[in-house]
Amino acid sequence: MTEKTVEHLDTVTIRFAGDSGDGMQLTGNRFTSVSALMGNDVATLPDFPAEIRAPAGSLPGVSGFQLHFADHDILTPGDEPDVLVAMNPAALKTNLDELPRGATIILNSDAFTKPNLKKARYDSDPRHDGSLDGYRVYEVPVTELTIGALEDVDLSKKAKERAKNMFALGLMSWMYSRPLDPTVEWIESKFAGAPEVAAANITALKAGYNFGETTELFSHRYDVDPASDLPPGTYRQITGNQAIAYGLVAAAERSGLPLYLGGYPITPASDVLHELARHKNFGVRTFQAEDEIAGVGAALGASFAGQLGATVTSGPGVALKTETIGLAVAVELPLLVLNIQRGGPSTGLPTKTEQADLLQAMFGRNGEAPMPVVAASTPGDCFDTALEGARIALKYRTPVFVLSDGYLANGAEPWRIPDVQDLPDLTELPAFVAPPEDGEPFEPFTRDPETLARPWAVPGTPGREHRIGGLEKAAGTGNISYDPDNHHHMTQMRQGKVDRIAHDIPPLEVGADSDADADVLVAGWGSTAGPIKAAVRRVRAQGHKVARVHFHHLNPMPANTGELLGRYRKVLVPEMNNGQLSFLLRARYLVDAVGYNRISGLPFGSGELADVIVEQIRAAEQDPAGAAR
Amino acid sequence: MSDVQTLTRKDFSSDQEVRWCPGCGDYAILNTVQGVMPDLGLPRENIVFVSGIGCAARFPYYMETYGFHGIHGRAPAIATGIASARPDLKVFVATGDGDALSIGGNHLIHAMRRNTNITILMFNNQIYGLTKGQYSPTSELGKVTKSTPQGSLELPFNPVSVALGAEASFVARSIDNERQHLADMIKRAADHPGASFVEIYQNCNIFNDGAFDAVRKNVPNQIRLEHGEPVRFGEHGQHGVVMAGHSELEVVDVADAEPAEGETLGVQRRLVPAEDLLVHDAHRDDAGLAFALSRLAHTPVGPTPIGLFRQVERPEYAEQMQAQLDDARLRKGSGDLQSLLTGNDTWTVGAEPSTNGHGGDGSA
Repeated sequence: MTEKTVEHLDTVTIRFAGDSGDGMQLTGNRFTSVSALMGNDVATLPDFPAEIRAPAGSLPGVSGFQLHFADHDILTPGDEPDVLVAMNPAALKTNLDELPRGATIILNSDAFTKPNLKKARYDSDPRHDGSLDGYRVYEVPVTELTIGALEDVDLSKKAKERAKNMFALGLMSWMYSRPLDPTVEWIESKFAGAPEVAAANITALKAGYNFGETTELFSHRYDVDPASDLPPGTYRQITGNQAIAYGLVAAAERSGLPLYLGGYPITPASDVLHELARHKNFGVRTFQAEDEIAGVGAALGASFAGQLGATVTSGPGVALKTETIGLAVAVELPLLVLNIQRGGPSTGLPTKTEQADLLQAMFGRNGEAPMPVVAASTPGDCFDTALEGARIALKYRTPVFVLSDGYLANGAEPWRIPDVQDLPDLTELPAFVAPPEDGEPFEPFTRDPETLARPWAVPGTPGREHRIGGLEKAAGTGNISYDPDNHHHMTQMRQGKVDRIAHDIPPLEVGADSDADADVLVAGWGSTAGPIKAAVRRVRAQGHKVARVHFHHLNPMPANTGELLGRYRKVLVPEMNNGQLSFLLRARYLVDAVGYNRISGLPFGSGELADVIVEQIRAAEQDPAGAAR
Repeated sequence: MSDVQTLTRKDFSSDQEVRWCPGCGDYAILNTVQGVMPDLGLPRENIVFVSGIGCAARFPYYMETYGFHGIHGRAPAIATGIASARPDLKVFVATGDGDALSIGGNHLIHAMRRNTNITILMFNNQIYGLTKGQYSPTSELGKVTKSTPQGSLELPFNPVSVALGAEASFVARSIDNERQHLADMIKRAADHPGASFVEIYQNCNIFNDGAFDAVRKNVPNQIRLEHGEPVRFGEHGQHGVVMAGHSELEVVDVADAEPAEGETLGVQRRLVPAEDLLVHDAHRDDAGLAFALSRLAHTPVGPTPIGLFRQVERPEYAEQMQAQLDDARLRKGSGDLQSLLTGNDTWTVGAEPSTNGHGGDGSA
């Protein structure tokens, strides 16, 4: 065995691609976990079809997992992969376009059979027809080597073949100097009930690693140091869906209210339901309802009964829940509506990301039905956003929209684990009405003068029996009222309650990475935070001046929003929709916001955004008199 | 807690003016329900009435209990949330035939299947009242209404059959003007642990007056089901029900019984000895008999069974949900938020002391 050169890299982007059944998501997740444990900063982009198992080897069946890891703070899963691991011709074909020339391709040569080439609609073998010129191509007979390594194992050939993703993981682990131990432990615990399967997977994993070590194919291996510029602390890896679930548990613990989650399975939100179902020892009730409507109905019922009611869904589910959400606005009870957005309209792109439900959250109800809206910007931020949503819901007795999206939901990043003591204390917020001292009448629609919130009297409290409902209520008594002035008054109270939150949230601030004398402000919300930050970094590295701001509160927006936007000559709003935040900013602040809108189901690339920003900077330079307002 | 012993009907009457049409059957139902409440032996504050939309759905406003007037069809969903969050509460749903069986059909059947502790009182008037007289899912075939000027083309639901098909563990039927019988059914439904369903024939004197006259005014047509008793009806008990072939029932005349005035027994129906009559068993595991009884009258235009069709014991949902929570605490201990957030795989950046994470030395 020859000693191979170890080359230090500061950043690597790998894409694993194969059939839906090839275990690419698992391979990517394991590689990510190990890289995170090694202290690299990581960002991931799982990209899989909605079909569970499209025909093997076909183009629609390709499942991919992109992973960016580095020795420094990174913000996106990487624009273009440096390395593509393609388990079959279809995986090569669907990913080749996004691979820059000079990138490395590792192919499972066993899968390049005539039938597979045909299924991938290749007329000729791309390995031999010049398609791969300019790439560094390594052909590895992954299937054959896996089966060979498992020669003595008593499993069917098919079962042995299934371990080929572990072989690939082992090989990549060798190539990027990742330890195998955490994955070995993970396999042992995952297949505790099937020791022969565990053994086979471990053998395949090690075989892949050893193959890298011994083969003459590779002359180099690589190393990426731990990221040293992350804030000090203890870290773990977390996905957005995990974080949002933890945020709900934390909100329940910090408010002293039991959590009640009513939901219905829907991509990409189901994992939140799954995660919470595992934590019943926190007193978490999860209710898988007969439909989306019942999920939110039960959650609202639980809120009425004095619990922290929440429902989790995606856009189509929100559409169904809309009437109940309006009811929650009318009865003024706390309720969290988590929308893990996906591509629309209608069924749209269930497994792809989009941020096109902002205006649905803002306006998608009949009547004047204002609702606070908060949005998460990174997987880890989903935790804080869920907690913030709960704070607003409890304090102001209102349903709150918490927006995430498919990219955040399934994407992973290192998360600095918060100290529970430092989390917001919500214990004062529920403030259930106590039984009356002397039989004074109870008026469920009186209001707190500061927040305009109404009292929360829960069933079981003697002397506070009252009725609520979707009909308009008289201020104070809550009796049904058709009085014109009362309706106007109540409408303004519901609006005013939401408006007042603007003074109860942090002011909008430009990012620390902003130039004080910039002409162009890039404004974003939601999961575009990473790509925007990365683009701003690039633009500034090129010597341009630019500022950046990110909205966490979309309704209401911070009180200083208009003033801040007015400081810049140009406001650029990149969104994975047709300009929904732009629309709000233009309407509210009369600012001539310029949109950059691409709705592809994928997050923005930072290079793409950097070009757009530079374009705006140049435009501002050429129009020195112009101003945003 | 209010003193349960001294509660009276009046204590359950809210200060709101009742706004149903004069002569509506809902008044009688409201009075009966308010009368039953003290007999439940529950503190008033532990009772919740939930409703959807429709005339029946105004019910909670008139009850001096906790109340939630929801949206069309969704009362069972809201009630499920309340009942499963708080097993200490007694939750009622007041609903109508349109609310429960049309727009809310899905929630109704799943609430019954799930067996959450909810008592569903369905006021069936076979018409949409609040929207002024369109046919409902229980209106008879051919019903002429504003929305069906040439007659309805839809076979109606038999609500009791629907409930039995949806695995309800308690299914009964009563009539708005049969105060004693109605009170008895509601009390038994409320005492039942699990989902209970009571269909109440309710006269809408404005849009569907007289729809139930065949049983409401003609008492001998009421086939009153009593567990353990032969199924007999008629003013002298001169008619009855027997098993006839494979899960079919037949209405017969009872031999040696006294006929009604001008009636000759054994002419229109078979004459059968009293000892051959079907004995009602409401507690049978199998819902077949109760279902067959429900099919004796698809719509109430002749002899129609009322009373308790079926009551069986089945695990209650909220109790089981609570048991899973208790079990999880027993196995894993009460949740510790810090350990949940920390998880199993951590690493440390910078000065903070290292925790329990896997090492990151980069070697395999």
